[in-house]
Amino acid sequence: MNARKVSRPKRLNLAALGTQVLLWGYAAVVLGPLLLVVNNALRPTREIFKNPIGLATSPTFASFVKAWEKANFHVYFFNSLGITVAAVVLATAVSALAGYILGRYRFRGSIFLSAYFLAGLMLPFRLAIVPLFLLLNDLGLVDSRLGLILVYAATGIPFSVFILSSFFRQLPQELSEAARIDGAGEFTIFGRIMLPLVRPALATVVVFQFVPLWNDFFFPLVLLRSTDKWTLPVGMTRFFGEFQTDWSTLFAGLIITTLPLIVIFLLATKQIIAGLTAGIGK
Amino acid sequence: MPFSKWLTKRKTAHRQKRKRAKGVGNAAPSWGIIALFILPAFLLYTVFMIWPLAQSFYFSLFEFKGLARGAFVGLRNFRELFTRYPLNEQLPRAFLHNVYFFIGTMLIQNTLGLLFAKLLYAPRWGKRFFQTVYTLPYLISALVVGYLWSLMLNPLFGPINRALKMVGLTALARPWLGDPATALPSIILANAWQWIGFPMLLFAAGLANIGEDLREAARIDGATSWKLFWHIELPLLLPVVGIVTVLTFIGNFNVFGIVWAMGGVNGEPGGATDVLGLVFYRTAFRGGVDAFGLASALAVLMFAFIFGVSMFMVGQFRRWEESLK
Repeated sequence: MNARKVSRPKRLNLAALGTQVLLWGYAAVVLGPLLLVVNNALRPTREIFKNPIGLATSPTFASFVKAWEKANFHVYFFNSLGITVAAVVLATAVSALAGYILGRYRFRGSIFLSAYFLAGLMLPFRLAIVPLFLLLNDLGLVDSRLGLILVYAATGIPFSVFILSSFFRQLPQELSEAARIDGAGEFTIFGRIMLPLVRPALATVVVFQFVPLWNDFFFPLVLLRSTDKWTLPVGMTRFFGEFQTDWSTLFAGLIITTLPLIVIFLLATKQIIAGLTAGIGK
Repeated sequence: MPFSKWLTKRKTAHRQKRKRAKGVGNAAPSWGIIALFILPAFLLYTVFMIWPLAQSFYFSLFEFKGLARGAFVGLRNFRELFTRYPLNEQLPRAFLHNVYFFIGTMLIQNTLGLLFAKLLYAPRWGKRFFQTVYTLPYLISALVVGYLWSLMLNPLFGPINRALKMVGLTALARPWLGDPATALPSIILANAWQWIGFPMLLFAAGLANIGEDLREAARIDGATSWKLFWHIELPLLLPVVGIVTVLTFIGNFNVFGIVWAMGGVNGEPGGATDVLGLVFYRTAFRGGVDAFGLASALAVLMFAFIFGVSMFMVGQFRRWEESLK
């Protein structure tokens, strides 16, 4: 009896200790490689090959300059930025319009339309690449940044309409009524009153479209031919062939590609978690 | 103003307001306005997403010569997929690799995700920190994750082998991505490293939805924390397990970038890491003159399989939940 009483807190401590070891251990598994990338980008390849896990004792940014200028990252970077921003703005704008009507009003076909937009969340869209390629070819939009922007905007619509319409639905009725009595039209009510109220949802939608589009590899691989139009992920495949033996530059390239996402993550952790768990929880 | 009069006045004002709310607020605007709001999204989504998807089915029944659609050939493209060399060898092998990918991810990534969600459910120091750190790699492009780990696992200059040698485990150091036996498992692990935050967050949201009174009642009845987890929390998490399973399945059968980065377009070494996504890409864009017809047929098969199995899983999980109630 006594022995059990004594051993219990001890076992609890062991469990707590085990938990701490697990949590910190896995944090190291995540952060280790990331820190190693930063560390190795800051020292010359010669040193990396001599000692793959040594510290950068005299950090230098030469590799970043090399990746940016010689490996064409300045071209890829601004292509990625322009295409991603344009697609996100376009998709968010049209989704806010559609989400507003679908969230606020019931009319014939409104339920079907909501389901129609929602269906896009579950469709493996890449499988449509052959007809899509032919369609863009007919429109003269293969090897065009505009073509990629339109495709990307289309892929962002299902999630954005889903999130935005559910936010518009929750806004109180009185607001739009008051404005309507004052003689405001539907577009004024939407733009002046409703849209500012769903700003948190807009942030979630923007962040959540930005990340996968910035990272997408498949569509630019298929749809863009000329290297001066390439985005970062496609540029990366050529870069890894050309600079195979220049590890320091490779690491710097990985960082340049990821940096904007890290900035977004630090600014919008809440929106990212909200987007990942959309549909679950309270 | 006497109180009773004030009250009637308020009541009528209130009634009028409610009337307005019913009459005006819920009435849909004219069809013209509705169209102006809906059409931009509808057209963009339909033209560039739904229409091409639908066309895949139609195109799979035609012979292609380069970009030009030729004669109707019925199911010939489908037959070719299973009879023409080397597709007839690559396709079943890639399919099997996707199945391994799914099983491996369920066992490692999602089990660990559940474990971390449970460990981080209790209020503890650093909860936000750990959640943020574990979710961080999700942001990075699959391609970047693949390249990062191929550098980490490099046999000559990779830090992993170097670290193994430093702690005296020289026997374990190997060309991880060059050996057919370890190449695919390495990619599955790298993929899990990227995605683990996703099941963790979903399970965390699920755990937060379970009422604290249920846990309290179980504890009063003398349930240990393991029993609490196994008999109360896990059954109640079943809907989330279902969502995670289906999304993992869809994700794993679409895997592409990370395998490209770690095994190349042909799934090196010797096809040991080839997956359906790569086969589909090669069929469409590195195939022969009739590539587009074959690729459309393959797209239809993959679509039917992914969609069919997902629906089946959803149904199974729903039945399972019912039986537990």
